[in-house]
Amino acid sequence: MCADHAPHRDTSRRRAIEIFLGGGILASLASFLYPVLRFFVPPAVVDLGGDEVVAAKSIEMKPNSGKIFRFGSRPGLLIMNNDGTYRALSATCTHLGCTVQYRPDLREIWCACHNGTYDLNGRNISGPPPRPLDVFDVHVRGDEIVVNRKREA
Amino acid sequence: MFAALIRWLDERLKLEGLIAPLRHKTVPTHRLSYWYFFGGITLFLFIIQVLTGILLLLYYRPGANEAFESVQYIMTRVQFGWLIRSIHSWSANLMIFTAFVHMFSVVFLKAYRKPRELTWVTGVILLFLVMGFGFSGYLLPWNTLAFFATKVGTEIAGQVPFIGRPIMIFLRGGEEVTGATLTRFFGFHVAVLPGIVTVLIAIHLFLVQRLGMSVPPKVEAHWNAHPPEKREMRFFPNFLLRELMAWYVAMGALGALAALFPWNLGVKADPFISAPAGIKPEWYFLFMFQTLKLIPSKVWIIDGEVLGVLGCSLAGLLWLLLPFFESDKTPRTKVWITGLTIFALVYVIGMTVYGYVAN
Amino acid sequence: MAMLQINFPSSFAARALALAGFFVLASCFAYGQDVNSCLDCHSAQPGHLEVTPEKFSQDIHAQKGLTCVSCHGGDASSYDPAQAMSRKAGWKGKIDRKQVPKLCGSCHSNPSYMKQYNPSLRTDQLDQYHTSMHGKRLAAGDTKAAVCTDCHSVHDLRPPSDPRSTVNPVNVAKTCSRCHSDAAYMKQYGIPTDQFANYSTSVHHDAMAVRGDLSAPTCTTCHGNHGAVPPGVDKVQNVCANCHAFQAQMYQQSTHSKVFEKASLPGCVVCHSNHGIHMPSDAMLGTGPGGVCTRCHTPGDHCDGARAAILGNLTQLDGAIKSADAALRLAESAGMEVSEARLSQDQARDALTKARVTIHTFQTALVEKDIQAGMKIAVANQKAGKDAMIERNHRRIGLGICLIAIAMMLVGLWLYIKKLES
Repeated sequence: MCADHAPHRDTSRRRAIEIFLGGGILASLASFLYPVLRFFVPPAVVDLGGDEVVAAKSIEMKPNSGKIFRFGSRPGLLIMNNDGTYRALSATCTHLGCTVQYRPDLREIWCACHNGTYDLNGRNISGPPPRPLDVFDVHVRGDEIVVNRKREA
Repeated sequence: MFAALIRWLDERLKLEGLIAPLRHKTVPTHRLSYWYFFGGITLFLFIIQVLTGILLLLYYRPGANEAFESVQYIMTRVQFGWLIRSIHSWSANLMIFTAFVHMFSVVFLKAYRKPRELTWVTGVILLFLVMGFGFSGYLLPWNTLAFFATKVGTEIAGQVPFIGRPIMIFLRGGEEVTGATLTRFFGFHVAVLPGIVTVLIAIHLFLVQRLGMSVPPKVEAHWNAHPPEKREMRFFPNFLLRELMAWYVAMGALGALAALFPWNLGVKADPFISAPAGIKPEWYFLFMFQTLKLIPSKVWIIDGEVLGVLGCSLAGLLWLLLPFFESDKTPRTKVWITGLTIFALVYVIGMTVYGYVAN
Repeated sequence: MAMLQINFPSSFAARALALAGFFVLASCFAYGQDVNSCLDCHSAQPGHLEVTPEKFSQDIHAQKGLTCVSCHGGDASSYDPAQAMSRKAGWKGKIDRKQVPKLCGSCHSNPSYMKQYNPSLRTDQLDQYHTSMHGKRLAAGDTKAAVCTDCHSVHDLRPPSDPRSTVNPVNVAKTCSRCHSDAAYMKQYGIPTDQFANYSTSVHHDAMAVRGDLSAPTCTTCHGNHGAVPPGVDKVQNVCANCHAFQAQMYQQSTHSKVFEKASLPGCVVCHSNHGIHMPSDAMLGTGPGGVCTRCHTPGDHCDGARAAILGNLTQLDGAIKSADAALRLAESAGMEVSEARLSQDQARDALTKARVTIHTFQTALVEKDIQAGMKIAVANQKAGKDAMIERNHRRIGLGICLIAIAMMLVGLWLYIKKLES
């Protein structure tokens, strides 16, 4: 009797071990490897980091116009001058933090909140703003206009 | 299929010769055997650190301008980046915790006795290096908490008389904590420390394999009196399979921690703001930090912080040399040492809790 | 004892002797310096006659090399009061209030004279003063009206740029309130005396005193300083327009401006008050106690409908921003990274601010346009928060699958070990 049952129990035991162990190895390794393999695939957005950003494409800018772009956690203002060159500054007004805009009619940067104005170099020239706007470096790379923070010392 | 693979390898690597000594290795089994697992768990967590660390290296950029943004990128844009990074951070903390558990279990099981003094010494040095891993790695995301923790930590290191200042400048890569410090810490974290630690782990493991597992004194005495009661299991495969189970449990714990409590990003460091109130280091430094805070600013003519730093260094040195105080000493000394080690454990735990609770 | 008794003959000779002795002593100390007998005596005088060298050294005029004699005349080299304060030496005594502006103006309105000290200083203060209410009342004989020294202080007069000056922007309101908040003093003029109290509760005062924004308006910003006179009713919006350009422009083109002008109502002040200007809130568009529209418009009429519509729009966007914030906060506390959506919330808030400015056109359609722009952003951010929570749930499912795989492995290992050891 015992001799009859023992092999059955052994085989069923072996099967159980094979299923759990084999299945377990496969399942656990798969669940470890799947995220790792997905990790290797570079994401669609190749972020250039907080120091540099593509502000606009050359084709979207017209002379004597401005565009607000996102730079890290704050807005920036990209201006195309009449002669085709670019300049970029921080768009956060130094008075109370509103977002400034480029005024093509005045050729100045203006803050709608309390009528503060800055010249094209960022210097505060009238109204409440107490400090100039930070100026960024701009250069053209192919058909992209790239804005950098000024390098830290 | 598995067996076929092993046979293929054996024919080309002569595996039998290598594995043979392992086959003979046995692990004593007694009611305190479970503590034996902790060394292996620490090793497993270190391997996890190396693997996740290498993965993070694919996207991380060291440099004050980009470090924070690159970690943010990993957390938000890279597929499963949050998982890899959170596992790396959690595993770091878990590893230091299991290293402490492993060390204290060795202390209370008296596994450091002759002939295992060198295993102890390499182990304690490994603990210091692993805490160095923690300190250097903590700065890499370049957030406010890390920046100021590094500032305070290197400041304390600079308090050592005579050599303190050169040490501080060496650590910081200059007078202050700057992007240069970040670059330097990155070099320590991914190259210098891994190199040294790998060598030390190899030595440590070799010694453990060579000398076998130590048995606690009381159990040893009992077995010497009653040889038939001695129990042991084979290292390969019995102990190893159990160790593998422990590793799987650790893996599950890491996954759960990473998914349920992802590591946070913080705010990008700004060197020009003043330190946030209540800045304190990571928990594994807290007991030393809290000790320093409790020492009065001047003790007799010596500056309190200098005394604290020297005191901690002395304590560390004595801890490193612990086995050499006990060898062949009278039972009274052994009791003293046991008492001191219990005090050490209570002190570390107590000061850590105190450091957390005190605002 | 008798020998020690010294009788001071109270005669001219004795006084002269004492003063001469003082003169000799003082001249030893003052050797090499200009003698200023005025300060030397008046530093020991009581009450309003006291002017100490410490006090006078703070005065900008003293720092520029002017002395007591420059305004008061007299002879500063003499310690003899009769000589020092003699009419022959040009001593004017205490300057009569009615003469103060003319005295100050004798230098400050002289461009060629002022050029040697500060060529960019204005020299029209006296002219301005004559046009002011203070100047007109003084000319009519009212000596209670403010003169130069009342505001600028005297003997320790500091330039306006000095934060301790009584006419530095941070101190102007307090200086004006010295008279204008004194009900007893102002009784005869029939104007309110609550301006300073009201101004102290205002958002402009808050900007200046609490935030330290020196560009914030104080009394002189709207009323002028030397030519101070309340703006006429139709002039108020010109004053506000200097900073609040957009609102003023919109108001100017709106129906309200013509109506208010015809009714001689003071423009911006009607809704916003003049001195106690508080942070505007949406309640101003409501029907409750803070409502300004309901003061004139009857409930149910066409304009009241516009009011309700505008208020509805603002409340809608405000609510959308708040619920997006809540969704993002929930996601953050669950450990999800939503920093980009958080930043985008700033844009939604900017849109709400813009809409609140557009109220001044009093046209529902324009306000609605701004609101819709903001709604798009807020709704997108809320979705980002919800998506983050969905992602979080996905992660938990993934974790569950992984843990099941691990559990399976642990069972398999355990069975295998058991088998090995049986």
